[in-house]
Amino acid sequence: MLHLALFSIFGAICVAGAVNLLVQRHPINSALSLIAVMTSLAVEYLLLGAEFVAAVQVIIYAGAIMVLFVFVIMLLNAGEEERTTGSRVAILFGIPGVLLGGVLVAWTLIQRSGTDEVALGALPGSPTIIGWLLFHDFLLPFEVTSLLILIAIMGAVVLAGKPEAETQQTGKGH
Amino acid sequence: MQSVESFVVVSLIKSVIAVFVLLTAVAYSVWLERKVVGHIQNRWGPTRVGPFGLLQPLADGIKFLFKEDITPPHVYKTLYIAAPMLSVIFALTSISVIPIGNWVTIAGVHTPLQITDVNIALLIILGVTSMGVYGVALAGWSSNSKYSLLGGLRASAQMVSYEISLGLSLIGVLIMAGSFSLRDIVDSQSGVFWGFIPRWNIFHGQTVAFFVYLMSAFAETNRVPFDLPEAETELVAGYHTEYSAMKFAMFFMAEYANMITVACLATLLFLGGWHGPIWGLTWMQAVLPVFWFLAKVFCFLFLYIWIRGTLPRFRYDQLMAFAWKFLFPLAVANLVITGLVVALRS
Repeated sequence: MLHLALFSIFGAICVAGAVNLLVQRHPINSALSLIAVMTSLAVEYLLLGAEFVAAVQVIIYAGAIMVLFVFVIMLLNAGEEERTTGSRVAILFGIPGVLLGGVLVAWTLIQRSGTDEVALGALPGSPTIIGWLLFHDFLLPFEVTSLLILIAIMGAVVLAGKPEAETQQTGKGH
Repeated sequence: MQSVESFVVVSLIKSVIAVFVLLTAVAYSVWLERKVVGHIQNRWGPTRVGPFGLLQPLADGIKFLFKEDITPPHVYKTLYIAAPMLSVIFALTSISVIPIGNWVTIAGVHTPLQITDVNIALLIILGVTSMGVYGVALAGWSSNSKYSLLGGLRASAQMVSYEISLGLSLIGVLIMAGSFSLRDIVDSQSGVFWGFIPRWNIFHGQTVAFFVYLMSAFAETNRVPFDLPEAETELVAGYHTEYSAMKFAMFFMAEYANMITVACLATLLFLGGWHGPIWGLTWMQAVLPVFWFLAKVFCFLFLYIWIRGTLPRFRYDQLMAFAWKFLFPLAVANLVITGLVVALRS
């Protein structure tokens, strides 16, 4: 009962944060709403019994990635964005897309409801199980993913780094 | 199985006690710092209020409460007010999973000496500390002043960088203990080598990890020699330049609460937690573990202050190079070696 109540409350906070993210005009407020969404998602994971995923969600998404977002917003000192009436593409494809997505989700839920009951907090999500899955059953995909991320990081460094000639002209900056 | 009511009552009592003790400890670590740094610099430190200046924290608290709370006109108001609150909330939250001793039975209630015993305690602390960056970053940004912004930027870059080596230094300990639960980690450090060296992790293969942790922790809490975010010679006071009265005091409280959390964590992970020589009567056997824990935390806090009184400040590029080019590889090497040794032994 308490589980269900908490789950609903944090679900509502999550959705409200997501809506606020779109409505807010200042980038920093949007970033903060995204943090609220991330954190309430973590609480949802926790209530479902996936405590490790919850902790990782807070550490990585809310604590590291969003800090970089906020950092960039602070550095660029981005001001308020201008309100436009919306592009035609958004109206033409966005609204039908949202409707279609909603219908799909509702249809899946109706199809699957009543097949078998899953109790809240009964999902296997302890660190031991996740560690076992990652380093035994899915070792190869896990390692390949880390390689992909490494390549992405190297790509970012190459793209962000100044060309040689320019660096020599401006000096090393010290 | 306890009933829900008794669980709520016991948790409430423990939370209130924990917050009270933590805030008192925060107040008195400020007093300790002023005293110790004073003596290092051949001064007396606070002496006027109470014997040895012991009531100074109380006087300071009253002063902060009655000072005029100025909100500069150019700030972004919502975040300016929220930032110190965030700082203090995240700083106080992490105490909830820190155990200070074994299970005890008081008035028929059998309970651990911590607010709650969860099996991902260490991850919760890491999560909460990583959220603590927002207090500082938002304070710097919302103050709308160049010193604050630079301080906030420095603080968030520094905290994100050092968090990596901090986290990596802890993984060695986790591999040795095989659990995220702080209680299990402490239990894995019981016993002695050759009859006299305690089996604490610092003497048990994690010496390098301890030093990586020590330095990263100093940087995480923005303390000398890593206090670039509040370097008064270049940034006035860094991210809290525009704050006054109780809002400033909240940043101050958060900083010292974080210091205490870091000291508790070092004690639990590397210094054997509440393990120590235990003898004497029954009540002494119950109290001694807590005493050892607090003694180790005190020593760690003293080390903090000692270093503050001794070392000069880094330059900012040195600080970043130190994190990424020295501490990070060292932590990775320690992790790989620990993993290899544990894998070969089992």
